[in-house]
Amino acid sequence: MNRRKGDSTMNSSFPDIRFEVGKVVSDFVDWIDTTFEPLFDFIFQIASSTILGIEDGLLFLPWWVFLAIVFLLGWRFKSISSGIMYAAFMFLVGTFGLWAVLMTTIAIVLTSVVISLLLGIPLGVLMAFSKGFSVVMKPILDAMQTMPSFVYLIPAIFFFGLGNVSAVFATLIYSLPPVIRLTELAIRNVDSEVIESAESFGSSRWQMLKKVQLPQALPTIMAGVNQTTMMALAMVVIASMVGAKGLGEQVLIAINRIDIGLGFEAGISIVFLAILIDRITGGIASRFQRQKEAK
Amino acid sequence: MSENIKMKVQNISKIFGPKPKSIIPMVQEGKEKDQILAETGHTVGVYNASMDIKQGEIFVIMGLSGSGKSTLIRCLNLLNKPTDGGIYVDGENVVEYNNAQLKKYRQNKIAMVFQHFGLFSHRTILGNVEYGLEIREVPKSERREIAMKNIEIVGLKGYENKYPDELSGGMQQRVGLARALANDPDILLMDEPFSALDPLIRREMQLELLDIQERLQKTIVFITHDVNEAFKIGDRVAVMKDGKVEQIGTPETILEHPANDYIEDFIADIDRSKVLQAEHIMIQPNALVSLKDGLKVAVKEMKDNGISSVFVVDRQRHLQGIVTIDDAIEGIRDKKSLEDVLITDVNTVKRDEYVNDLIPKALDSKFPLAVVSDDHRVEGFILRVHVLSGLIGDESEQEEPVQAGV
Repeated sequence: MNRRKGDSTMNSSFPDIRFEVGKVVSDFVDWIDTTFEPLFDFIFQIASSTILGIEDGLLFLPWWVFLAIVFLLGWRFKSISSGIMYAAFMFLVGTFGLWAVLMTTIAIVLTSVVISLLLGIPLGVLMAFSKGFSVVMKPILDAMQTMPSFVYLIPAIFFFGLGNVSAVFATLIYSLPPVIRLTELAIRNVDSEVIESAESFGSSRWQMLKKVQLPQALPTIMAGVNQTTMMALAMVVIASMVGAKGLGEQVLIAINRIDIGLGFEAGISIVFLAILIDRITGGIASRFQRQKEAK
Repeated sequence: MSENIKMKVQNISKIFGPKPKSIIPMVQEGKEKDQILAETGHTVGVYNASMDIKQGEIFVIMGLSGSGKSTLIRCLNLLNKPTDGGIYVDGENVVEYNNAQLKKYRQNKIAMVFQHFGLFSHRTILGNVEYGLEIREVPKSERREIAMKNIEIVGLKGYENKYPDELSGGMQQRVGLARALANDPDILLMDEPFSALDPLIRREMQLELLDIQERLQKTIVFITHDVNEAFKIGDRVAVMKDGKVEQIGTPETILEHPANDYIEDFIADIDRSKVLQAEHIMIQPNALVSLKDGLKVAVKEMKDNGISSVFVVDRQRHLQGIVTIDDAIEGIRDKKSLEDVLITDVNTVKRDEYVNDLIPKALDSKFPLAVVSDDHRVEGFILRVHVLSGLIGDESEQEEPVQAGV
């Protein structure tokens, strides 16, 4: 691989000791790619058909049904005026001519979030139960969150090529930590007397988790879902660089063409979608939260 | 009380720290808690505690915070595994139970009520009370029925579909109690169940617990830091200090014969009127007049006993009223019958009422208080002056037979 780190321009006083960790990592990624190719193909098939399925489903819906669903969600979890506002936002996006790409973006975000939750909640539970696992996972999660998100795009292309699946992969890495962290925190923070009382009735570990710990932790987990969703949305725009379709792609096109109009329309559409997703998942979370706090 | 021992706690020690077992020899040598902490960094929670808990009694473990009482009660259902010693329930050492046996033991024999209730905030009252049955996989309709019955026992009928946060503290603890009772355990552990409640509600709950206990006859282990509460509800009381059991006995024994200075201090400010009951200060009803006897007999009875009023009963000793000497003499003069001059408005008390509760009645009444059984049979009298003197000392309990009442 052609490596250039601007050695020619940088007059470093550091001795000429080289440990090329970047090369080790890239070799490792190469090795993974060739060794597990069938696995990646399999994941690719599942992920891409999931995204396509959701996208087709959304596009199959008549536009007014979609708006009605948005309105109902807003009404149920916030207020009737919020419901009207969110539906109006989505209608506006449609009038920009961005309806189809909006659906693509929603499909990618939904897929990422669902996979995040399927992976993140069990991992969080494991971390809550095992101190050792938690100690190992914490620095990994820190790294996942602090590594510049563009870096994930490279292995994503490597494993899954250009396209929506890579976008989901990169998005996942970025949006997984909050749900894992908050699940762990939530399970650990369940009132010790509540745990003791469940134990005193002779609950098995599984009964305890299913009937007491997870339900008690749900409000905090929901807060994690809200964060994960927002981060997924943020990442979906960046992921357009690896060929993800959707609103992010429109922003990218606008940048390339220096098309201020398209840039604004696509940008404001993302803002609308962000508001909608944040308020609705936030509304769901606070509904659970209120139940808990009133205790 | 039957001498059936339900739970035998034998030399239980609980030590917290990295190597608890290694501390046991030091405990057996009798080293002090502080010394062990300083030398080894281990905290001794419970220190060689032994006690026999009898079938059907309320056994109170009393101590200040840090005395190890909560640690000890958690050993009984193995929320804390004792470091050393044995706990025998129905002859089996539960400390040696494996996981499956332990689960069975907790599901069937022992249930616990917690200081801060430990309710499941995501479940309704019904869901909370059903929990133990659900764990035991009791069929749904059956567990609903049992849960409803227990919700009714604790007086929360109509609240079954509410969530815990919609109820007051007192009501929440009733849910805790119902949840424990729903499992129909032999042994009920109560860890400072009423400490988080305000004083009025606490008193009400204490009475209600006694009431429920009368009906259900469970073996109850009750933890409290409140001496008055301990003596009020305990059949027997164990006093703990620094992880050690200092004395075990009935409230009266501990009051009369405190084992050491610490306990003496502990009970110094206890309100005797809240421990002593009517039966402790009442005097035998040696002067009674039957309704059939008539006024002359009543006068003679008063004269013989040197008293100025006498209680009137029927043949079965059911209380009918009281007659004063003035009324009796006037009645004889006017040729009236005993019934005509009988004062039926007499204050009565039950033998297990606390002296403290008698004070208003004593102040309110011109006559001695009659102690009656549930079917209104006369069991004794309490002179008003004794209600007040009972507060001060113990000499007042030995009475001269003179009823100098009114």
